[in-house]
Amino acid sequence: MDKKIAVKVDDLTVAYNYKPVLWDIDLKIPEGVLMAIVGPNGAGKSTLIKSILGILTPIAGSIRIYDKPYTKQRKLVAYVPQKGSVDWDFPTTALDVVLMGTYGSLGWIKRPRQKEKKAALEALEKVGMLAFKNRQISQLSGGQQQRIFLARALVQNASIYFMDEPFQGVDATTEIAIINILKELRKAGKTVVVVHHDLQTVPEYFDWVTFLNVKKIATGPVKEIFNDNNLTKTYGINYKVSIQE
Amino acid sequence: MNSAQLEIQLIAALVAIACAIPGTFLVLRKMAMISDAISHSILPGIVIGFFITHNLNSPLLIFLAAFTGVLTVFLVEYIQKTGLVKKDTAIGLVFPALFSIGVIMIAKHANDVHLDVDAVLLGEIAFAPLDRLHISGVDVGPKALWVIGSILITTLILLFLFFKELKISTFDAGLTASLGFSPVILHYGLMTVSSITTVGAFDAVGAILVVALMIAPAAAAYLITLDLKKMLVLAIIIGIGSAISGYWLAHALDASISGSITTILGLVFLLVYLFAPKKGVIAVYFREKQQRIEVSLLTFLLHLNNHNEIEERHVNHLNEHINWQKIRAKTVLNLALQNNMITIDKDIVSLTKKGVKFTTQAIDYIITNEDSKIEHMKADFFLFRG
Repeated sequence: MDKKIAVKVDDLTVAYNYKPVLWDIDLKIPEGVLMAIVGPNGAGKSTLIKSILGILTPIAGSIRIYDKPYTKQRKLVAYVPQKGSVDWDFPTTALDVVLMGTYGSLGWIKRPRQKEKKAALEALEKVGMLAFKNRQISQLSGGQQQRIFLARALVQNASIYFMDEPFQGVDATTEIAIINILKELRKAGKTVVVVHHDLQTVPEYFDWVTFLNVKKIATGPVKEIFNDNNLTKTYGINYKVSIQE
Repeated sequence: MNSAQLEIQLIAALVAIACAIPGTFLVLRKMAMISDAISHSILPGIVIGFFITHNLNSPLLIFLAAFTGVLTVFLVEYIQKTGLVKKDTAIGLVFPALFSIGVIMIAKHANDVHLDVDAVLLGEIAFAPLDRLHISGVDVGPKALWVIGSILITTLILLFLFFKELKISTFDAGLTASLGFSPVILHYGLMTVSSITTVGAFDAVGAILVVALMIAPAAAAYLITLDLKKMLVLAIIIGIGSAISGYWLAHALDASISGSITTILGLVFLLVYLFAPKKGVIAVYFREKQQRIEVSLLTFLLHLNNHNEIEERHVNHLNEHINWQKIRAKTVLNLALQNNMITIDKDIVSLTKKGVKFTTQAIDYIITNEDSKIEHMKADFFLFRG
């Protein structure tokens, strides 16, 4: 494979209270893939993303984004946390949340200006939420909140997108809208990494997959490795999915 | 109004502003109880500072006390992180321990220093104008005014510079970290400001009642607005208003000023809690009642839409068919009649054209949840006026 490696994880071990939740993970994510991370609850999927983004401190291992440490490459990376990780009663509007995506490139102290606002409005339009820009975020539905989060990542105009369960609690229309945007990102040469739960949709949505259960089980093209063998190894029970091509 | 009265009110108002700003963020971070912990545990810091400086307004004393405040937060989080106790338990363990150290220190040295627990806990703003600051022999005003004024200006500068960072780290700590703003620095920055403000305010309202000035205005503002900047401004206004009216209440009753201010704060919160336009208890009650009636109306119209049988549509049998009390059935019938959605002919209810259209569109809206479907109905009908 002579594809560029966007994200390289070596010997990553992460522990909560001295109990390892990720154990000796080696992972290469090639540039331009749309990758699902799958695994049972407690497999360390979110932990893996958070460690790559420097939100958690690993006890061992190294992480490289385009062959440099994350702290040097922040502007190349966008992050969509789990929807449930924030308080949606926070007194602010949809537009303001999207604007937060521009804070990284602004740095300390500087405020968003017209240029940032314009970018935020464009991102809102892309996710079909422009009409809701002044809506208080608690008055949005779950699917709309997820779109706002996606818009906030889009406005960062990054090369690599990490998303923690973007399809959780959204309706079918929103799910399709989101996956279409992710596919567009891939088409534009971006790398997209998604923590995903619905195994049925993996072959339809993604071209790359990583099986994770505390240890890495397998990683590679969906066509080659998304099979009952790896699923059984990951989920521990005899797994059968009917894969429609 | 003499100049002492004016000075007291000015100090109280500045304290109110200085408290409302960190208070707003504490409330949004669900850390209101931390301010209570800080307000108690700065006591040993104040006492040690006083032993060293013999001056309640010395900057060193303020920093030492603020340091114990931040230490409290650190200890609470450290104990919590062990996973052995929950956060509220950790708070309950840390601040009484630090507080009691302060109490014992005061008791041991009560004879040779002029510092008593009452003064620290309850404050005595009435005496604040007596303690003047002199610069090269010129009286420039009460010391307390200068202390709280400097703290307030620092707080305002920090708020102005780091508003964006404070907002994002309060809303989404994960994103904040991934963007390269350290949530830990912001967190402890806020804790430092809260601690310094608490120390600065103890002269005026005492270390305990300062909690009310931090939390009550922010909590009330949170119920009124959905915008962070407006919430800050409202909290400040409520704080100032309560401080000044509290002063005059104390004047009228010849009672403790800090006690009166806190009482007013409690009353203001109670009023907002009851009467806030959208989130207030009364507004919520009437909205829910309204919604109940509207849903009943829709249920009733749907029933008519689904049934052509005469017996299902007879006025006197409605309560049997949809299992409603007579009063409720009557309310709904009247409502439908008033809006020309039904006609009643010989006690048999039928839907009008308007009624049919309304029912279909409303059902459609409820199923699809698409706002565009009812856009043109909003003016005509009352159901979706929310």
